[in-house]
Amino acid sequence: MLTFSSPHTVGQNSVSKMMLTLLAALIPGFAALTYYFSWGYLINLMLACATVLVVEGALLALRKRPIGFFLRDGSALVTAALLACALPPLAPWWVTVLGAALAILFGKQLFGGLGQNPFNPAMVSYALLLVSLPVLMTTRWANVEQPSSLVTSLMVIFGDPGLALDGLTGATPLDYYKLNIGRLTASELTANPIFGPLGSVGWAQVNLAFLAGGLLLLVRRIITWHIPVALLGTLGVMALFFSADADVHVPLQLHLFSGSTMLAAFFIATDPVSAATSNRGKLYYAAGIGLLIYLIRTWGNYPDATAFAVLLMNFAAPLIDHYTRPRVYGQQKPIKGFKADD
Amino acid sequence: MIGSQYIKLVDTGSIPGGIHPEQHKIESNSSPITTLPLPTTLWLPLAMHLGTPAETTVQIGDRVLKGELIAAAKGLVSANIHAPTSGTIQAIEPHAFAHESGFVQPAIALDSDGLDQWRMLEPWSDWRSRGIEAVIERIRLGGVTGLGGAGFPTDVKYRNSQAVIHTLLINAAECEPYITADDRLMRERADDILRGATICQWLLGAKTILIGIEDNKPEAIAAFRAAAEQLQVPIELAIVPTKYPSGGEKQLIQLVLGAEVPQGGLPSDLGIVCQNVGTLAQVYRTVELDEPLISRVTTVTGAAVSQPGNYQVLIGTPIEVLLAHAGVQMAKADRVIMGGPMMGFVVPDLLAPVVKSTNCLLVPTKKELPPALPDNPCIRCGLCEQACPVSLLPQQMLWSAKNRQLDSALLHSLNDCIECGACAYVCPSRIPLVQYYRYAKGEIRQENEENVSAERARVRFENRQKRLDREQVEKEAKRQSRAAAAAKALAAKTAAEGKAGSETNALIAATLERVAAKKIATNTGPVGLSLSELAAVAQASQEKFAKAAGRLTEAETNAPEMVAALKKATGKLEEKYLSSEAAYQTALAAVEIAAADTPKS
Amino acid sequence: MISAVLTLLLLAAIFGGLLGFAAIRFKPEGNPIVDDIDNLLPQTQCGQCGHPGCRPYATAIAAGEAINKCPPGGEATISALADLLDVEALPLDAEHGVEAIRTVAVIREAECIGCTKCIQACPVDAILGAAKLMHTVIAAECTGCDLCVEPCPVDCIDMVPVATTLRAWHVDKPGALIATDKPPAPNASHKSAA
Repeated sequence: MLTFSSPHTVGQNSVSKMMLTLLAALIPGFAALTYYFSWGYLINLMLACATVLVVEGALLALRKRPIGFFLRDGSALVTAALLACALPPLAPWWVTVLGAALAILFGKQLFGGLGQNPFNPAMVSYALLLVSLPVLMTTRWANVEQPSSLVTSLMVIFGDPGLALDGLTGATPLDYYKLNIGRLTASELTANPIFGPLGSVGWAQVNLAFLAGGLLLLVRRIITWHIPVALLGTLGVMALFFSADADVHVPLQLHLFSGSTMLAAFFIATDPVSAATSNRGKLYYAAGIGLLIYLIRTWGNYPDATAFAVLLMNFAAPLIDHYTRPRVYGQQKPIKGFKADD
Repeated sequence: MIGSQYIKLVDTGSIPGGIHPEQHKIESNSSPITTLPLPTTLWLPLAMHLGTPAETTVQIGDRVLKGELIAAAKGLVSANIHAPTSGTIQAIEPHAFAHESGFVQPAIALDSDGLDQWRMLEPWSDWRSRGIEAVIERIRLGGVTGLGGAGFPTDVKYRNSQAVIHTLLINAAECEPYITADDRLMRERADDILRGATICQWLLGAKTILIGIEDNKPEAIAAFRAAAEQLQVPIELAIVPTKYPSGGEKQLIQLVLGAEVPQGGLPSDLGIVCQNVGTLAQVYRTVELDEPLISRVTTVTGAAVSQPGNYQVLIGTPIEVLLAHAGVQMAKADRVIMGGPMMGFVVPDLLAPVVKSTNCLLVPTKKELPPALPDNPCIRCGLCEQACPVSLLPQQMLWSAKNRQLDSALLHSLNDCIECGACAYVCPSRIPLVQYYRYAKGEIRQENEENVSAERARVRFENRQKRLDREQVEKEAKRQSRAAAAAKALAAKTAAEGKAGSETNALIAATLERVAAKKIATNTGPVGLSLSELAAVAQASQEKFAKAAGRLTEAETNAPEMVAALKKATGKLEEKYLSSEAAYQTALAAVEIAAADTPKS
Repeated sequence: MISAVLTLLLLAAIFGGLLGFAAIRFKPEGNPIVDDIDNLLPQTQCGQCGHPGCRPYATAIAAGEAINKCPPGGEATISALADLLDVEALPLDAEHGVEAIRTVAVIREAECIGCTKCIQACPVDAILGAAKLMHTVIAAECTGCDLCVEPCPVDCIDMVPVATTLRAWHVDKPGALIATDKPPAPNASHKSAA
């Protein structure tokens, strides 16, 4: 709004610039996903982007806000992109559309729009879909041994899924390893061609691509190092500690380089709106996510735990904020808790 | 120069956060300070310093000389105001004042006579022999206030006898973009500054003179070195990296001394006194040359100014006069900012005068400093807290201020915010953060004042209730005592009248008893009759009795056989008369007591 | 199954007994909440809430009365009370008045007849004067309750808005994005001297 108070000059940064940088950082990851797994990822990206723009535009009109102004900041597109990364590529088109709509409706606009949501919108949508459509969400993952071409993906997504789904889809490596613990030894498991030196074939490359994107974000100062380091550090420490015996637990490199670990560490957990505020708070918050990811992956029912881990720590973020305020200039120690004691 | 015994380079630390905006110093720091020609009218606002406004000591029509006192400081934290040139006092009235609010302020108008005639000056080359108190008083008499931008009366800083000061920190940082007044002053008058620093050091008994200066001013650093050599004054030089806001007093102390001023405390708690270079130069001129504070160096810069640079301006010069001299093209100008782009404010009326704290007038074009765009919502990115030099959480303060949760704002240390604007500078959503904080601080101050006056009102209300209750009790007590007194008086009156031997009264007394007894027996009596009715009844029965008595007397002489019957009748009438008279008397007495009790309204 | 039910019943009995004992043994003197409520009220003592003063209203609130009856306190007081008592913050009850600018009473001295009616009406004794002598309002103590205006037989009292001074002024919040976001501002700013 037009103000007359200082400062009278601002830097060159803007929300749309930040969002565009984020989208650019996702490009390597998307490229790897499409190449190694399925064109379905790109198709889902298109579907999700179209849906979010339409749904957000409609909701903004309902709330009597200026539509163009808010759509231009690009935050809806970022949510769509993250969701497209997270959803199974061969799920029917309506799953993606539904997910995108839910992300905007329940994850964002219902709370008051950009900046007001307590939970990560993409994760809210993912969790809702996972709980409501468990079969579709767990069986439509693409198989690295047979990446689906564009035509095949289009047919599966938009057409009758009855055809040739068996070869195209398969369990994720994390799933496979975890399900077969106890029945096969570690060396037998890793003999399977879906596993490689850095965990799993295909997923390792994807995670490396997301890592590269994440480093771009760090360099451009979109995010700080606290959340990725704490998340990966905690997850790594837990995995190291427990998987001393790889026969009993999923090994370290599989934890770090498969599934959505790198995506979570650099793109999802770092969503500033739902994360903790201060730097120290971010460390605790991300450590909590890392811990929960390990716990749910190992002893929980779901193979990939990112969504629930992030959502659970989103609950805790306000409390973390109250106890991790930085020490202000001139103070002996920071003010903790809910009341300033004089 | 390296290895000089007078100059010692010290290492510096760092401050958290900070930003690096474009400096824009080159436009105005390449030309020397020029003096403005004498304006025709000068306006001196009485409230141009921090603390209590000064009180006028002249009247309209008085002729004053340059440097003469025209308004006196009132109270401990206040400053004198002197005539910047010779002339006549034309008016003392509310006038445009450079403040964000646009309020007018009382000011003294001085019409210059063009002669620029000084009053008698008493230079003190031997100020050391005058004593500390006298020198501090001379600084106060000269109306010296801080020239860095705040306008705090300088003498107050030296009156704190409790603190033990070891360092005089000279703030030569000038970290805000566009402003170069201090830079030029240092290049041209570094010796005046060091002379002033020597005086202040002596006043404080400080061991060290430490100069904190940014590394974008190499010429000024060289000037200080040369001056220190020439005057043989030992100084310590701390050259800090250019970053905004390293020139804030608290930030500079953290930067060069590695210490933090405790919350709610002052630099003197750490043994440090901080002064701006301009103030020190003025201290020298006031103490040694007896020149009061009547002019200062002001930068005029911005793309709309055709001759940007630094000007020696008389305090009270109307801003529009200064801008016209500097060649400001008002058509291109978007707004006029007093101060720098980070902390300055927009001047609402260009008739307002230059005051003691005016360090810069920035006149940008729309292209140079574009007007603010509508802000996006806060995306909680945290860039603001990375930029904050005080380690605050501007994001949380914004949420608190926006929703007027003043307790929450205080919980996040809102009062420690120095309003430097670094957070708003980096915000990608372009939110006017500092305006929210100023609003919240104002609301907190207002609420505190309201609480204080509400407390006063409550105490007054309770005292009033107590007073009313007390009056009620006193009134009741008085009424009781009056009733007792009245009853006593009536009894006394009756006894007195009885002693006088009036037959009627004795009979009345006897009858009262009989009537009372009868009343109890028969339960009759003239109840419910008004006073006037009772009087009438008494009157009528008296007449009847009188008539009967007359007939009895007549009968005793004329008709003796009638006397017995007449005696009986008269006796009955007598009784009736006495009883009605008694009733009337009783009623009258009661009315009198009641009348004595009723407050006359 | 029976043992589980009995255990729970026993636990409930024990804890219920403890709570009851504590409620009686450690019962606080008086009702401290009334003091807390009174501290939040603006002490105008105007009676617009229907009670003769702020303390009676505080007592009534402690007994369960609605918290939205105080116009001088306005939104801020209602929110503070809602926070303290953990009830819903209702909008100001218009039956009792509307939130208005702060005003003080000013007596037009030329017309004052010295009847002392206003002095008796003022709940904080902010009017100076005596019978047949000039009456004047001590502006610093006047709370703007306007109880003095009615009793005046010559109608010589005006309620004048309090002007903001330079020292008391502060910037307003930055503007809202859409018109309905911005709440109506009750305080006007007057450009005036000192």
